[in-house]
Amino acid sequence: MQEQLVDISRLQFAATAMYHFLFVPLTIGMTWILVIMESVYVMTGKTIYKDMTKFWGKLFGINFALGVTTGITMEFQFGTNWAYYSHYVGDIFGAPLAIEGLMAFFLESTFIGLFFFGWNKLPKAQHLLVTLLMAIGTNLSALWILIANGWMQNPVGSDFSYVTMRMEMTNFWDVIFNPVAQAKFVHTVSAGYVVGAMFVLSISAYYLLNNKHIEFAKRSFRIAAAFGLAAACSVIVLGDESGYTVGEAQETKLAAMEAIWHTEKAPAGLNLIASIDEKAQKNNWEVQIPYALGIIGTRSLSKEVKGITEIKERNRERIIAGIEAVKTLEQLRRNPSDKAMVARFETIKKDLGYGLLLRKYVTNMDEVTPAIIQKAVDSTIPAVTPMFWGFRAMVGLGFTFLLLFAASFYYTLRGKCAHEKWLLRAVLWSLPLPWVACEIGWFVAEYGRQPWTIYGVLPTHLSVSAISVENVYGSLAGFIGFYTLLLVVELYLMFKFARLGPTQYSEQH
Amino acid sequence: MLDYVTLKIIWWVLVGVLLIGFAIMDGHDMGVGTLLPFVGKGDTERRVVINTVAPHWDGNQVWFITAGGAVFAAWPLIYATAFSGFYWAMMAVLWSLFFRPVGFDYRSKIENKIWRQTWDWGLFVGGFIPPVIFGVAFGNLLQGVPFYFDENLLVHYTGSFWALLNPFALLAGLVSSAMITFHGAIYLMLRTEGDIHRRAKIAANIFGILALGLFAIAGIWVAKGIGGYAIVGNYDISALPNPLDKQVTHQTGAWMQNYSKMPITMAIPALAFISGIIAIFLAKIEKAGAAFVFSSLMMAGIIGTAGISMFPFLMPSSSNPNSSLMVWDSASSHLTLGIMFWAVVIFMPIIIIYTSWAYKVMSGKVTKNYIEDNKHSVY
Ligand code: HDD
Ligand code: HEM
Ligand code: HEM
Repeated sequence: MQEQLVDISRLQFAATAMYHFLFVPLTIGMTWILVIMESVYVMTGKTIYKDMTKFWGKLFGINFALGVTTGITMEFQFGTNWAYYSHYVGDIFGAPLAIEGLMAFFLESTFIGLFFFGWNKLPKAQHLLVTLLMAIGTNLSALWILIANGWMQNPVGSDFSYVTMRMEMTNFWDVIFNPVAQAKFVHTVSAGYVVGAMFVLSISAYYLLNNKHIEFAKRSFRIAAAFGLAAACSVIVLGDESGYTVGEAQETKLAAMEAIWHTEKAPAGLNLIASIDEKAQKNNWEVQIPYALGIIGTRSLSKEVKGITEIKERNRERIIAGIEAVKTLEQLRRNPSDKAMVARFETIKKDLGYGLLLRKYVTNMDEVTPAIIQKAVDSTIPAVTPMFWGFRAMVGLGFTFLLLFAASFYYTLRGKCAHEKWLLRAVLWSLPLPWVACEIGWFVAEYGRQPWTIYGVLPTHLSVSAISVENVYGSLAGFIGFYTLLLVVELYLMFKFARLGPTQYSEQH
Repeated sequence: MLDYVTLKIIWWVLVGVLLIGFAIMDGHDMGVGTLLPFVGKGDTERRVVINTVAPHWDGNQVWFITAGGAVFAAWPLIYATAFSGFYWAMMAVLWSLFFRPVGFDYRSKIENKIWRQTWDWGLFVGGFIPPVIFGVAFGNLLQGVPFYFDENLLVHYTGSFWALLNPFALLAGLVSSAMITFHGAIYLMLRTEGDIHRRAKIAANIFGILALGLFAIAGIWVAKGIGGYAIVGNYDISALPNPLDKQVTHQTGAWMQNYSKMPITMAIPALAFISGIIAIFLAKIEKAGAAFVFSSLMMAGIIGTAGISMFPFLMPSSSNPNSSLMVWDSASSHLTLGIMFWAVVIFMPIIIIYTSWAYKVMSGKVTKNYIEDNKHSVY
């Protein structure tokens, strides 16, 4: 029962989060593109740039509406379906979420209203300021939510309290300046910029291919190509930074992503591709670039990258130590004034989370057998195959985008982009790819964190609400129904207005 | 840093402020949504109604989002218990909220009668259902909710969804809906002219009287019929939060104790009644701007009354009173409460300043001509 409840709750969270992230990156990227277009308008006074801002703004608005709709779901998810999680880490996790509301959502949501309705009510420069503040708000929202998410990957600045039975914040600055969170933020917003740039580039390519709105499309194409090139460079460089912080904070994830079964002598080689055999815990064959992983993953030639076998052995020790921590905590809960017990608990509580992994199989720690420990040890490594290939797909797409944007930029600079039909077609067909890369990225990041919701602290298995499976099935069905309907409506409007093009605006002015 | 007990009390006030902010800001556009199908005849009139809130509803909704986030940060146990316990009620709120962003943004993008009328009812759902459910939730909090904590502090909810819909809770739902609709009607009076204005004025009169009348009935019911909760024995309010180390009993009249212990608190329900009456009167004499201020005060009074009656309880448990959640034992750590306090102190004034600016930029009546002239760019 519990097993099923956990699985279906995970499915619901994953589905709603990945759905939210269909709209998020486009919002993040488009806000800056709108700022750029409107700045050009304010500086040059050419109304075509105003039309561009309005037209792309309209498509942006259609997307934004679903970003908001699905975002509210996310805020509810933690409380409705992850109640124990919310209690256990709300003290730390809730803070960035609340600050996100105060600092970011208010800003973006207030100014998006003025962005759409303020054109005739505000002087040019003030309207530009409104657009800028909206963009800043959007990016700040990404910052705070990724600080929250980064803390789940690398729980710094906090400590467990046996009195309140939860994690409590000890240092707010550590939580904010968590290197994992910072790396995640820059990589994720860059991914959003790639999405936004590809969106504008592809639709402009569509107009150019059909010989419509030429002047408009050429200008949009140029802005998108330049912005996209910068974004693609940064997503790659900062993805590498993400890889480095993962190597530091989450050895299990790195080992799974790279299919390293055994610790190798430093500096480790990078498996470009491999034939993975999960059962036998080895690769049948692999194509390696010598030294590369050592350099990327550890930024040195002398540090080794841990393999799955060795990580598991260390995890086994921590799980065995964790049994003691869980038992001590239980006694302490019954008798909180026992000073000696408190002192003992403080020294062993770092392995508490590992002990809790066993709760998936037994409630009473006295019933733990070596077979159960083995199961728990095996569960500490996420499945290697999807991690390995997922990661490679994201990286492959990253370099594909770099090429596409570079080519587009080259031809638009030479003023010839309208004639390079092959390029326009390639760009048009690449439209969905940045979304694919984003979804894969989240899969790698989140699935790779399993079996933990808070890495090393709280197992996913314990994080759920004590509700019946039927409830979760029911709500999941509701989400699927609503979300399918909304997506159909959204795509219909997107296509309708993209096909229609900017004519509406040119007529007005 | 402020001491722990002070911060716990400050956070009780701040959550109240956020809820009141939500009622004032998101409340008026929800009220407008509730009234939309009734005060707007024909497409252009409906668009007038929608465009009174078009530039603002999204910013207003963030009051709700932020209140949710603040409860998560300041009272994690309340967030966990309420959201998982009221599972289907929360889903109903969430799913009705779905209709708003899409309804506002997509409705007028397609010229088709059925399409537009469907979304008008969607906006009605998004404006009507959430306030009703929030009211029902408060009605249940006042009576106590069946839940308990196990030894790991995992919360178990033992009631059913249908049990939430008991007579008193439904009455509370009506109070909430009536006050929000009243407030929305006054806002519509302020921003429209002609027929819509006239219909909004009628609505303001009806729902104002309804809100105060139902509130009075609910008050009598609480005093006579509903048992409150009280702590037994000594309780150390500065202790680290642990909701399992106290004793609580069920007691008729307990929700009236704060008023007799501290008579000054009677000012809060009084505020509700007096401001409500003034607001109804001001609406009658066409002073919609001032009426809006007083309907806001009325809602502050009504929400404040619920809070003060229960203080220090937040979420009493009817099936296992010792598991009840209070201001003292639902709170986050000292450090988190302190940080979040400063976050609110710094950002709230800034938010109020730019929100006011946004309203000022968009001020003035929304007219049919404005809609016709900007057919393609307004909602
Ligand atoms: C990297 C960026 C990012 C990520 C990982 C998330 N979001 Fe999001 N969210 C945004 C970036 C964003 C945004 C760009 O700010 C949105 C998307 C489109 C939009 O309208 O605003 C937004 C909207 C949005 C809203 C509506 C805000 C409004 O009305 O303006 C809420 C309540 C949330 N989100 C909450 C969440 C929660 C609880 C998440 C964690 C699971 C989450 N989001 C993941
Ligand atoms: C919007 C972008 C995001 C996407 C696409 C995403 C994707 C996923 C996926 C695929 C899972 C399921 C992993 C599994 O069960 O195998 C998951 C789980 C989860 N994620 Fe994310 N995630 C996103 C953002 C976040 C953020 C920002 C947070 C926290 C602030 C978060 C917290 C969680 C939690 C609590 C779970 C459930 C427990 C678990 O299964 O690990 N996610 N997410
Ligand atoms: C060469 C290119 C890339 C590299 C080296 C790279 C690297 C990474 C790594 C290591 C992670 C996991 C971080 C974690 O688990 O905490 C990640 C996640 C992610 N990637 Fe990439 N990536 C690349 C390209 C891309 C591209 C092109 C996109 C989308 C346009 C993208 C979008 C994402 C997203 C949305 C996440 C999840 C959020 C996060 O954890 O930061 N990545 N990437």
